[in-house]
Amino acid sequence: MKATTLQHKLWMSGTGLFMCFFLIIHLLGNLQLFLPPERAREQFNWYSHLLAGNIIIEIVAYVLYASIIGHTVYAILITRKNAGANGTKYAYDKRGAASVWYSRNMGLLGTIIFLFLIIHFKDFWYQYKFTNLPLDAKGNKDLYTIVVKAYQQLWYVLVYEVALIALGFHLLHGFFSAARTLGVFHPKYVKWIKILGWIYTLVITLGFMAMPVFVYLNSLS
Amino acid sequence: MKLSLKIWRQDSFDSEGSMISYQLDDVSVNMSFLEMLDLLNETLVQKGERVIEFDHDCREGICGQCGMMINGRAHGPLSNTTTCQLHMRSFKDGDTIYVEPFRATAFPIVRDLKVDRKGFDHIIQAGGFITASTGQPPEANSILISHQVTEAAFDAAACIGCGACVATCKNSSAALFTSAKITHLALLPQGKLEAAGRVISMVDQMDAEGFGHCSNTEACEVECPQEISVLHIARMNYEYNKALVFKT
Amino acid sequence: MILDAKIPAGELAEKWNNYKKHAKLVNPANRKKFDIIVVGTGLAGASCAASLAEQGYNVKSFCFQDTARRAHSVAAQGGVNAAKNYKNDGDSVYRMFYDTIKGGDFRSREANVYRLAECSAELIDQAVAQGVPFAREYGGYLNNRSFGGVQVSRTFYARGQTGQQLLLGAYQALMRQVSLGKVKTFTRHEMLELVVIDGKAKGIIARDLLTGQIERHAANAVVLATGGYGKVYYLSTLAMGCNSSAIWRAHKKGAFMSGVSWIQFHPTSLPQSGEHQSKLTLMSESLRNDGRIWVPKKPGDDRVPKEIPEEERDYYLERRYPAFGNLSPRDIASRAAKERIDAGCGVGPMKNAVCLDFSKAIKEQGKEKIKEKYSNLFTMYEKINGINAYEQPMLISPAAHFTMGGLWVDYRLMTTIPGLFALGEANFSDHGANRLGANSLLQACVDGYFIAPYTIPDYLADEMKAEKITTDHPAFAAAENEVKVQLNQFLQMKGHLSADHYHKTLGKLLYDKCGLSRSKEGLEVAIAEIKQLRKSFYKDLKITGDDKVNSELEKAGRVADYLELGELMCYDALTREESCGAHFREEYQTADGEAVRNDQDFCFVSAWEWKDKDPGHELHKEPLVFENVALTVRSYK
Repeated sequence: MKATTLQHKLWMSGTGLFMCFFLIIHLLGNLQLFLPPERAREQFNWYSHLLAGNIIIEIVAYVLYASIIGHTVYAILITRKNAGANGTKYAYDKRGAASVWYSRNMGLLGTIIFLFLIIHFKDFWYQYKFTNLPLDAKGNKDLYTIVVKAYQQLWYVLVYEVALIALGFHLLHGFFSAARTLGVFHPKYVKWIKILGWIYTLVITLGFMAMPVFVYLNSLS
Repeated sequence: MKLSLKIWRQDSFDSEGSMISYQLDDVSVNMSFLEMLDLLNETLVQKGERVIEFDHDCREGICGQCGMMINGRAHGPLSNTTTCQLHMRSFKDGDTIYVEPFRATAFPIVRDLKVDRKGFDHIIQAGGFITASTGQPPEANSILISHQVTEAAFDAAACIGCGACVATCKNSSAALFTSAKITHLALLPQGKLEAAGRVISMVDQMDAEGFGHCSNTEACEVECPQEISVLHIARMNYEYNKALVFKT
Repeated sequence: MILDAKIPAGELAEKWNNYKKHAKLVNPANRKKFDIIVVGTGLAGASCAASLAEQGYNVKSFCFQDTARRAHSVAAQGGVNAAKNYKNDGDSVYRMFYDTIKGGDFRSREANVYRLAECSAELIDQAVAQGVPFAREYGGYLNNRSFGGVQVSRTFYARGQTGQQLLLGAYQALMRQVSLGKVKTFTRHEMLELVVIDGKAKGIIARDLLTGQIERHAANAVVLATGGYGKVYYLSTLAMGCNSSAIWRAHKKGAFMSGVSWIQFHPTSLPQSGEHQSKLTLMSESLRNDGRIWVPKKPGDDRVPKEIPEEERDYYLERRYPAFGNLSPRDIASRAAKERIDAGCGVGPMKNAVCLDFSKAIKEQGKEKIKEKYSNLFTMYEKINGINAYEQPMLISPAAHFTMGGLWVDYRLMTTIPGLFALGEANFSDHGANRLGANSLLQACVDGYFIAPYTIPDYLADEMKAEKITTDHPAFAAAENEVKVQLNQFLQMKGHLSADHYHKTLGKLLYDKCGLSRSKEGLEVAIAEIKQLRKSFYKDLKITGDDKVNSELEKAGRVADYLELGELMCYDALTREESCGAHFREEYQTADGEAVRNDQDFCFVSAWEWKDKDPGHELHKEPLVFENVALTVRSYK
């Protein structure tokens, strides 16, 4: 047995689904941003501290980094294989009529998400981990203020919204595609996976999209 | 009706090809697309030019030999229809029609619109069969197969091997073709015994032929003349994963 | 020359067993020393190639398509017959034998037909083991339906794609042997000459259709499983590439042709819609199980069929043949349709069709049931005509379909050239003057799976000591040269008419004069015209392109052969002064238009020998001896 593209796809699927799982936790934690500002600061910073100090969370974090890198590397491997499989280009190409656009552009959507992640990591993760942030009243690092300050800039919010829309479409195809790679073939379950994929995508995407907008609007009033 | 045609002409595998324009008058709406090409070829013979080479045989949608990209889509504008069953009533007077061969690295162009689909044979050779030599079989009714399973196996077995799935796939993947055979044989009790070895070697062969991977855009199901379901691809993945885990 | 069919001794039911008991064998260790060429990868070719390879012979398999799976067996829709008697409706090997021999209008060999029926049950077992998804009942048992010309349900089917599914089974068996290295496939290769050395078939000359290369292939035996020549009519239900070249060139090397004019017209094809048409699409005969055939009572009725009231419809098959009705055999149904169309009662824009009506079946069984049985056919009909047949009748008309005639073979399926075997539709043997529905898949499979694997080794056993022939033999050089001379001739001709032009002209002539009905005057006119046409062909033909991939060049060779074959068809029809099966001579009919057979003078198989002069053929006769059935008037009334 050779290392086939199907095995590459299995890695894509596994890492992708892990990130999907992570997004749920991430969203749940970040819901605290919707609390009244003073409570939000306290609780959000406490929560951040809690995560930073937990060995299990630490392990999860390393799996997450590995997933992001693995997902990207395998995506590049597969894309290169596909590029090799395509013959000369069609002179007149309307193949798109047979499928939805986002299913054909997972690489592009993924690239947008990857670029976004660089910004996202630099501005929050790196700041939190590797710089000396001011402390809040409880003595936790004040990540909340950093977040709120960032979301008070309109261009920054717009970058987030665009990236999250890309994420949404990526999830919409990725979630069900992963299930298919794992081999869910029964029409009954396939239907449920489709429905679940839609619900998941809507909740995650709209949930995250609401946060910068909420903070931005709050800062205006 | 009158048509402008832009057709891919290429002398041989290693020569350069290009789109060449032709005008054709007197096309009847009752003609099939291939009969329209026959008519064009007849005019080329009269002019002393080499005719346009294209693959075709049964002209009733079952042999799978015909296949070309028409106006940028595999087998033309209709879904689930072979090129030979596409009729000119699907076009309008004055239309410009683009005709190209199916393109994929694994389908080298032979000449003009003819391509070489040997890769499909190689995939079947890798295990797309049940090992049952002539003379061995037991009484047919001693193998009971439920109506539903038979029908489902038939749905998969109906594949005509035309290659439209590969042509329309952005990755030139042969997943639909390969998975249809895997499902057909894995569903039947006769074929279950060899299922694990079969799926591994057929998937390996699919890769070795240079086909791409499946990114589940489902375009293949739309273009497939036999409406082969993409769920067979899921089934192939299932059989493959199962074999990865359990095969010794 | 006396034609010896080599029928084994014994009772009818024991003949095949007797043959098998005494057939010579080849030691397993010696089998790999034998090379066998199989031309054609349809049901007969693929099954024969795979079965011989399984035994250990080296097989070279040739086809002109781009893969073996595309051979025209793939297009057979309805089903395959087998005397399993699963329906407990009185079927038996003998009943099937009798139906087939009667269906063939008593113009086939008893022993061959009995063997066909005898091997039928085993074929179903074989196909099921290969994974052919035959229709099943809810309990998991195999299902059957009835087919034209018989009163039992013995037809096994896989929706409307039985041929495809059987072929894929054979193709997969063949691919398995390819992977084991026992079969080498030569796709996109066309056989252009047979090589005969010391009177025995020893190889072929083939053209690689991708490179234009002329290749020599030597073997200890050559099997032709190249299908029928119905494409001689140009418009037919056959694939565009189906051709007679392999058998015709073997014929010119000494193999006799039999029953050449026995060509079946399928009653349920789609009518011609214009001059541009290249093929007539078949609608499975199984549709006649639920569809009722009718035409308007009054000639020239211009109303849409749907609007013609019940009492003004003429259900002519039910009227003329009450016992079999819409399920009358093909020759009868086709001729009855032609009779009505000629009487001016045809429907459709060209007035060349009859109605096949499902309204009664839909009313009785519901649309869903009809959909389950025939949905692919209804969809196909709508694609081609843009008409929804659930709502209005289909328009159908007879079309050239199957050639009962072919290379003369003896009981072992060997032609008059030792070492040259002909299988499936390429031979003449089992169907007599008319083939019953669902018997062609059967014959192709039985020939390939069960008969050739016994008879070819029987022949090879005596070849052990024969001198090993290589492609350096002068006979190969000579044959190759003949091929090259012809191809060069075509390429250098400076005429102005395409090969298709000649094919269409010949086809139309044969449809008119040597089609559903024939007459002495018509046939004589046709012979004269074909001679003219052939002269013109070698003067005015125009082939463009080079000697590599060139479909025009391929067509030219095939049409050249048709122009000779067509003439022989007419001779065969002309000399057979009776009406039997698909062969209907206008001079020999009853007052109410039924065929009149002449068992006194014509109870024989014609076997034509090629003579390289004018007239080009000599007729030999193989008398048909009936010991087990009485020759009756074939009545379906």
